[in-house]
Amino acid sequence: MNSHPNIEERIWDYIDGLSSAEEKGFVEQLIATQEEWRSKYHELLDVHQLMGSSIELDAPSMRFGQNVMEEIARHQIAPATKTYINKKIIYGFAAFFITMIVGLFIYGLSQAPWTVSGNSNILSDFSLEKIQWNKFFNNTYMNIFIMVNVILGLMLLDSYLTRKKQEMHKVG
Amino acid sequence: MQNGLNDNEIIAEILRGNQQAYAELVKRYQNFVFTICLRYTPIREDAEEISQDIFVKAYRNLADFRGESKFSTWLYTIVNTSCISFLRKKRLDTHSLDDERVFAVADNIDGGMRANQVEQKSRHAMVNEAIKLLGPDDAKVITLFYKAEQSLEEIGRIMGMEPNTVKVKLHRARTRLKEKMEKHFTQEVRDLV
Repeated sequence: MNSHPNIEERIWDYIDGLSSAEEKGFVEQLIATQEEWRSKYHELLDVHQLMGSSIELDAPSMRFGQNVMEEIARHQIAPATKTYINKKIIYGFAAFFITMIVGLFIYGLSQAPWTVSGNSNILSDFSLEKIQWNKFFNNTYMNIFIMVNVILGLMLLDSYLTRKKQEMHKVG
Repeated sequence: MQNGLNDNEIIAEILRGNQQAYAELVKRYQNFVFTICLRYTPIREDAEEISQDIFVKAYRNLADFRGESKFSTWLYTIVNTSCISFLRKKRLDTHSLDDERVFAVADNIDGGMRANQVEQKSRHAMVNEAIKLLGPDDAKVITLFYKAEQSLEEIGRIMGMEPNTVKVKLHRARTRLKEKMEKHFTQEVRDLV
């Protein structure tokens, strides 16, 4: 049915005013000189104009507006998202975790045995049981990392509880 | 009272505490919202319920409207998400643009029409009947473009798509609409061309 998708597409762009100046001139020329383009253009233009003038909107019931107003009377406008989402805090968290990831990555690289020859099989020697976890968790940096996370968690909990308390005061 | 004000001025008024000013926005957009909802569900009661929810949702989140787009575009974004959620909840069969079953469903709907009724239809009624035979995506794109005066960029924002994708969807929707009209309203199309 649709044997000229490219022609149709280009003519629709022309009708919608989406063609570039060069393309517009080219399509205009084709419409003026070629019967196939001219008939297709008139066909699509008719459809376009018909849609522009004919599409009807349905109306809801007469009470619709009243129903909405009665419903919103029970609601309050919520505070704008930006007022309770502090971007600085989000960026702070992001910076903290990125720093931690990069730090651990660099630390990992620095601990790698770069001098080992290529034919040695490091992975075969690797065993979870052999890892001395105490060595890692006694590390000062790890303790600092855990402490910082605990403090951040407590701060988050504190701000959440404060907000809840304020909301309860407002309702009360 | 708010008749002379534009949408953004009315919104500022509402945010200052004049809740009644919202009635003007509801009046301006209720038919658009309701019509788009009807593109998703043929049941008027359901469409009205969704429309009401949309206006309540828009009111509650009005402080989030930053005026970077038209209010209508922002509102239609809520319409789009609400209608999709409604369809998911109801587990209705949603038809994508590329789903050929759309035509089979549409053909079945149209099968009930009597020939003499079709002949009597005006050109306007023909277009509106043909739109009802389209899938929700096609009907929505056409309604937003032709009736709600949304640009391709704005429709893209509403539907969460690139403007170029919207352009392709609009082309396809119009082609399908034309095919529907040719198939089901042959006589009217002959008169038209």
